[in-house]
Amino acid sequence: MSDRTNLVSRALPVAGLLLALMVPFYLSGFWLLLGVMVMAAAIGAIGLNLLVGTAGQLSLAHAFFLAVGAYAYCWFAGAPGPGGGGITLTGLELPPLLAAVLAVATAGAAGLLFSPVAGRVRGLYLGLASLALVFLGQHLLFNLSSVTGGFNGRNVPELSVLGFELTGRDPELTLLGVPFGDRERQWYVALVCVVVAYVFARRVLAGRPGRALVLMRENETAAGVVGVPVSRYKASAFVLSSMYAGLAGVLLAQAFQRVVPEYFGLVLSVEYLAMIVIGGLGSVTGAVLGAAFVTGLPSLLSHYSGLFTFLAEPGTSGVDPAVAARLVFGVAIVAVILLEQGGLVALGRRLRPAARPRVDAAGSGDPGPPDPVGQPALPPQDMTTASS
Amino acid sequence: MTRLLELLAVGLSLGMLYALIAMGFVIIYKGTRVVNFAQGSLLALGAYAVARIAPSAGFWAAAAAGIAITVAGSLLIRFLLSRARGHDHMALAIATIGVDVVLTTELTRRIGPDVLSMLDPWGADTVQLGGVTVPQARIAAMAVAVAVLGLLLALFRYTGWGVAMRAASADAEAASLMGIRLGRVATVSWMIGGALAAGAGVFMSTFPSAGLDSHSSTIALAAIPAIVLGGLDSTHGAIIGGIAVGMARTLTAGYGSELGFLGAGFGDVMPYVLMVAVLMWRPSGLFGTREFIRV
Repeated sequence: MSDRTNLVSRALPVAGLLLALMVPFYLSGFWLLLGVMVMAAAIGAIGLNLLVGTAGQLSLAHAFFLAVGAYAYCWFAGAPGPGGGGITLTGLELPPLLAAVLAVATAGAAGLLFSPVAGRVRGLYLGLASLALVFLGQHLLFNLSSVTGGFNGRNVPELSVLGFELTGRDPELTLLGVPFGDRERQWYVALVCVVVAYVFARRVLAGRPGRALVLMRENETAAGVVGVPVSRYKASAFVLSSMYAGLAGVLLAQAFQRVVPEYFGLVLSVEYLAMIVIGGLGSVTGAVLGAAFVTGLPSLLSHYSGLFTFLAEPGTSGVDPAVAARLVFGVAIVAVILLEQGGLVALGRRLRPAARPRVDAAGSGDPGPPDPVGQPALPPQDMTTASS
Repeated sequence: MTRLLELLAVGLSLGMLYALIAMGFVIIYKGTRVVNFAQGSLLALGAYAVARIAPSAGFWAAAAAGIAITVAGSLLIRFLLSRARGHDHMALAIATIGVDVVLTTELTRRIGPDVLSMLDPWGADTVQLGGVTVPQARIAAMAVAVAVLGLLLALFRYTGWGVAMRAASADAEAASLMGIRLGRVATVSWMIGGALAAGAGVFMSTFPSAGLDSHSSTIALAAIPAIVLGGLDSTHGAIIGGIAVGMARTLTAGYGSELGFLGAGFGDVMPYVLMVAVLMWRPSGLFGTREFIRV
């Protein structure tokens, strides 16, 4: 409300961006890889949140579209040749940047192919129908082995421009005494992508399409009556969300350097759903926070497993870091739905009510408490008892 | 011909088990409008309890205990969901996914690489029926499924609870105004849903399956095409959908060599293909209530 808070809300993203630009000069490979994975997941989560949180279309198919992006990139950019297990791989050997664009487009096209179902089928039926894509996708990944490499997966070609590898190590590069290897470069590629994805999603949500999608979620008939072309918007939301997933898939493939089918199963879809629920349904910032939480937790737990003496070594029957992380995010999903459906974003908003000078267009559809602008913050226990 | 008959018999018995699982989903959905994604982990919980208790108490006592434990688990989920603010069905469905993640993770950890036997009385015995070989466990599963499903259909039709549930599912608000206690309907629905999951879990883990392993909670997912095919809120649809899915799976897998161009293991995918095809034709399943919108 005051000039001061306005300034803070403007300066914060700039400061955050500057900090993110400096990170590769200071942090080690582990943190950079984690950061790249979080940023890639954030892009996927933003896309899913547009679909589920904003448009109200439950989808469990996100893993499928991530897979389409990742594998399409490998196929467009990859060279034909022998793969693992006696498989002959095919590939188009296109310039990697073009391949990345085509991969995102392919994911969008896959979304478009499914949109007749998405346009007709509603609510929970759509959530259940989208399961079909995950299982069909797994089947295709294992069986289309000349494209996917089958069970053994496929190596991921480096992203490069005119011979300069954006995600690899060639040619050698040292900036300010810091060697810029693959992880450092991937960091910047992911950062550019996540910023573009973030800003684009905010723009979409703040404009006409965003309001139309929110109206559709609240009341499809009313939206149709006021002139929203409902089925076209539904299909567009599905396609846009698939393209976000495709981009996330390309970036994740870069981080992993090899794509394997098992990764893109139902568990991954559930993880993405967890991200947007924990972060806050319908909020772009929430998707990023949720992605950081769900993606970061297992890596952090295993990195610091020495500190958590109650965690067992992986492979033993005890609670190892991966199991602990899954338990935490399962509980977090339930807790968020039961206690604070706005997720981390609403929680943060509640903790600092004064620092919100304007209504967050992206978060306006959030089913949590009313935006506490201009009123004293209620302690959380009051909020939970008030409505039960 | 014998081969076809054998496949049909296996498909039918498998289909009846899917019908049991699907019925669990449908009853909970009718009673509470929640799609319970935790049904899979409840199924595994029941089977796990039976496998652990059977060595000391025998199969039948273990089965009773397993069902009781699963019912308690599903009541716990019902209690949790009733604490949720608002009644957005998508949010509640997502909450059950959270429960499923927790329960599946814990069960997977406990089962580990083991394959747990149910120690059931049927074992690996088979019966010859007119030249067709059928495992005894499958015949028992079929008999139990037919009895349970018949009992449930009678319950819906003739008991007060059944009427209350049908009324609640048709129009919860009106039913509530007419004095139907929605809370009680929901509680009983969850109890039956849990018991069905446990029963199906036990039979799914008997011969010809090797036993209960760490992937068993995905069995219930295989029933999802059945409920979507039949319609989320149709009990008859659950049975017909279950049989359709069991048949589609078994026949596609059985004639896998002829269908080689579809890739190995297409039988597992076939129900989903069938489901999407039906949804394109009828967006609320074959027998589901179509939504009418008044402006």
